[in-house]
Amino acid sequence: MIQTFAFYLFAFFVIASGVFTITSRNPVHSVLWLILAFFNAAGLMVLVGAEFIAMLLVIVYVGAVAVLFLFVVMMLDIDFAELRGGFIKNFPLGLAIALVLLAELVLGIGAYRAGSLQLGVADGTSAGLAGESNTANIGVLLYSDYIFLFEAAGIILLVAMIGAIVLTYRERPDGARGHQNITKQNMRRPEDATIMTRPEIGKGVEL
Amino acid sequence: MTGITGIGIEHYLVVGAILFVLGVLGIFLNRKNIIVILMAIELILLSVNIQLVAFSAFLNDLVGQVFAMFVLTVAAGEAAIGLAILVIYFRGRGTIAVDDVNRMKG
Repeated sequence: MIQTFAFYLFAFFVIASGVFTITSRNPVHSVLWLILAFFNAAGLMVLVGAEFIAMLLVIVYVGAVAVLFLFVVMMLDIDFAELRGGFIKNFPLGLAIALVLLAELVLGIGAYRAGSLQLGVADGTSAGLAGESNTANIGVLLYSDYIFLFEAAGIILLVAMIGAIVLTYRERPDGARGHQNITKQNMRRPEDATIMTRPEIGKGVEL
Repeated sequence: MTGITGIGIEHYLVVGAILFVLGVLGIFLNRKNIIVILMAIELILLSVNIQLVAFSAFLNDLVGQVFAMFVLTVAAGEAAIGLAILVIYFRGRGTIAVDDVNRMKG
């Protein structure tokens, strides 16, 4: 019974924080609600035994993506009240499209409940070993059958990282690379940086 | 289909469906605020991940969880690139109002 209670708790909070994410007046609050949604979704995944994806969700989304959002929201100096201008105007259209989508999804789930179309038979080769943990089973699958996709995912992340750096990189007007001038650093000698003094007793050193 | 707890795959599908619809609604409600649009896209991807994990547990097939991991990868890359574009756009224009974005005359 504790599972039932936990499911409804997580499901309620994930949906409630989703609602607040899209309706908050302040984008900082939106990000915080989004973080709560991610935490509760991770809880939902733990309930079905997918602890690896759940922890990945907490680490990647809460630890990286949500904090990135928070940085950007706080960095940009924007009057967010002005950006909310179309909220009421767009509400009927958005609600209509949301209702159509919801009706379609309910219909789809209903049809699924009524009995799925048998397009094939699952062979169960990817079920994982019963005694092993979820993480170990995913690791075995990931490093054998899906190794090339795994490498491709790494390349996607590398390209995204380089792209983000290249996009936001700003050349300084004086030609220096950021704050660092490598030539100046290499030209620096010990004599320029240190001085030897022999101060008298009881007196300080004038720098 | 439902175990001893009374929670079945349909419960997870309904949660995922509601979250997906909320994401789409968020895109329409916050048409001018591209940051919240990006957050709504994250909500949509989260709902897809919930569905994938639910089906993975239901069918006892780990491929769903592996695929959810790749969805997570793409979502992280998309957020990084999207926010980088947002930052350089703000640097050049001083605003992020989506209505004014027409430099490419698309």
